[in-house]
Amino acid sequence: MSTETMVPQTQVSVPHRPKRSFTGKSVSFIIALIVTIIAVFPLLWMLISAFKSSEEVLSTSLIPHHATFSNFTYVLTKVPFPRYMFNSFIVAVVVTAAALFFHSMAAYALARLRFPGRDALFMVLFSTLLITFPVILVPLFLIAHTLHILDSYAGLIIPAIFNAFGIFLLRQFYITLPKELEEAAIVDGCGYWTVYWRIILPLSKPVLAALSVLFFLANWNSFLWPLIVTTDTHLSMVQLGIASFQQEHANDWNYTLAASTIAALPTLALFAVFQRHIVESIKTSGFK
Amino acid sequence: MSGVAAATRTGTRSHAQGGRRQLSRRGRERLAAAFFLAPDVIGLSLFVILPMIFCVVLGFYQADGFGDYTFIGLDNYRRMFADPIFISSLETTLLYLVVIVPGLFIVSLLLALLIRQRFPGVGFFRSALFAPNVVSLVVIALIWKFMLTDQIGFVDKLFRDVGLTPPSWLGNPHIALWAVIGVTIWFSMGYYMLIFLSGLQDIPREYYEVARIDGANAWQSFWNVTWPLLKPTSFFILLTSTVAMMTGGLDLLYVMTSGGPANSTTLVIYYIYEQAFVYGEYGYASAIGAFIVAILLIWSGILFALTKGGRFSNVD
Repeated sequence: MSTETMVPQTQVSVPHRPKRSFTGKSVSFIIALIVTIIAVFPLLWMLISAFKSSEEVLSTSLIPHHATFSNFTYVLTKVPFPRYMFNSFIVAVVVTAAALFFHSMAAYALARLRFPGRDALFMVLFSTLLITFPVILVPLFLIAHTLHILDSYAGLIIPAIFNAFGIFLLRQFYITLPKELEEAAIVDGCGYWTVYWRIILPLSKPVLAALSVLFFLANWNSFLWPLIVTTDTHLSMVQLGIASFQQEHANDWNYTLAASTIAALPTLALFAVFQRHIVESIKTSGFK
Repeated sequence: MSGVAAATRTGTRSHAQGGRRQLSRRGRERLAAAFFLAPDVIGLSLFVILPMIFCVVLGFYQADGFGDYTFIGLDNYRRMFADPIFISSLETTLLYLVVIVPGLFIVSLLLALLIRQRFPGVGFFRSALFAPNVVSLVVIALIWKFMLTDQIGFVDKLFRDVGLTPPSWLGNPHIALWAVIGVTIWFSMGYYMLIFLSGLQDIPREYYEVARIDGANAWQSFWNVTWPLLKPTSFFILLTSTVAMMTGGLDLLYVMTSGGPANSTTLVIYYIYEQAFVYGEYGYASAIGAFIVAILLIWSGILFALTKGGRFSNVD
C-alpha cells in the first residue's frame, strides 16, 4: 500500500544482508518451536485422545496404551455422522461454486467495466463487510422464514453465498491484470461474456483455487446459521452434529473427540495441501 | 447470459458505424455490467443489506413470535439500559475487547517479527501457527472444554504436576472470561500474524540496511523503520479485529461456556442470540444488534479520523 507508493519497488538486487549470528538464529528457532508447540498441541491432544478408550481418555498419557479405532467406528455407525458430513459437504461445495461464480462476475464488472456509479456501488458493497453475520442473525432468520426456506438445503445454502469479501479480493486481482488482453478480444468482436469466460476466468484460476479452499473451509466449519435455520436433524451439518452430540453425551469425551477429529481432518488436510495458496490469499486480504 | 452475449456481439458489429459507435459501446458495456453484477447485488441486498435495515426497524417493535409486530418506539432501547444483564454483558464485552484487541495485536506482531526471520523450518512454523485457524470454532471449543475440565483436564493435571492448585477454569465466574480470552487469542493469532507478516514484507529491505549502517540496534530499527511503515497494517488489524472480536466468537461461547457461569462470559453478541432464540424476543434482540453496529461505526469513524483514513486512499 503506502509503502509501495513511497518507495518505487525497483527490482534491483538487494545487497546481501550479513549472516545473522548462529546464536541469534538458534534463539529464534527455539522460541518458534515453543510457540508452535503451544499452537498445535491442543490439536494433537484431540487426535491422541480420540484413539483412547473411555477408561483411558481422561489420563494424560501422551501415547495411548491401548490405541483403538472403536471410537471412530462408534461415531460413524451408531451416530448419523456420515449423514452430517454429507450435508456439510453438499452445502459447502454448492455455496463455494455459486459464490466463486457470482463473485468473479461482480468483481469483473467492478474492476473492468465502466458504468455510472461504479465507485459508489463498490463502496456500498465493500461497507457490507462491516455487517458481520452474527449481528444480522435475527433479521436473516425472519427473512428465511418469510421465504419459506427454514429447514431446507436452500435455507442452508442461499444466504451463505453472499459475502463481499470474495468480491473485494477478486476485484483487487482483476485490477492488476493487463488490459491489453481483453481490449484485443473486444476489438476482435468478442462480447463481454466471452471475455469474462475465456480470458478473465482462466487467468484467475490460482486466486479462485485459493478462495475455493477458504470458502469450503468456512462453510464446512459453519455452525451458527445451521443451528438457527435447521431443526430437522436430517439436515444437521457436521459442526452442529458434534456440538449436539457433546451436549447429550457430556462425559463421552472419547466419542466427542473422535467425531471432532473426523470433522477437523478434512480441513487440516486441505490446509496442508493448499497452505501456500491459503497463506497468500490471507495476506492479500490485508489490503495489499 | 446468451442474450447478453448476443446483444454485445451486435453492438460490436455497429463498431464501424462512426456516430453510433460511442453511444452503443457505452450502452452495451453498461448492460453487461448490470448483468454481471445482478446476482451478487441482489443477493447482498436481500441477505445482508435488507437484514441490516430490518434489524434497525425491528428494534422499534415488539416482535415475539412470527408475524406479530407491535410498534413500541424507543421502548426496547429504554429497556436495554434498565436491563442489568444487558449492562453487565456490555461491561464484560468492554473488558473483553480492552484485553483481547491489544493482546492479539501484540502477540501476532511478535509472532510475525519472529517468523519473518530466516532460520531452518520457518515455513513449517508459519503454517503450524496458522493451523488452529482452519479448525472450526466448535471443535476448538470442545478441545479446550476437554483440556480445561476440572480435576481431569490436561491443563489441570499440568498445574498439579508442578505443584500448583488450578482454579476451576470454566466454573469460576472470575476466571472463565480469561479462559475464553486465552483460547480466542490462541485461535486467532495465526491469522493476524499472517496479515502482519504481509505488511512487514512490504517494507523495503534497503531501509533496514540504512538503519544498520547508521548504527541502529534492533529496537531502534523497529521503532524508526518497522513501526511507522507498518501503520497501515496496524490500522487494518485494529479495525478488523475489533469488529471480529465484538461480533464473533458466538460459536465458541455457545459450546464452551454457554455464557456462564453466572453470565460471566455473556458477551453482548451472546446476549443477542439468547434473547432472540431462547426467549423469542426478536425486537429486543434487534435493538441490541443495531446498537452494536452503531458502536462499531463510531469506533471505525474514530479510527479513520485519528489515522487520517489509515492512508487507505491509495488502495487502488
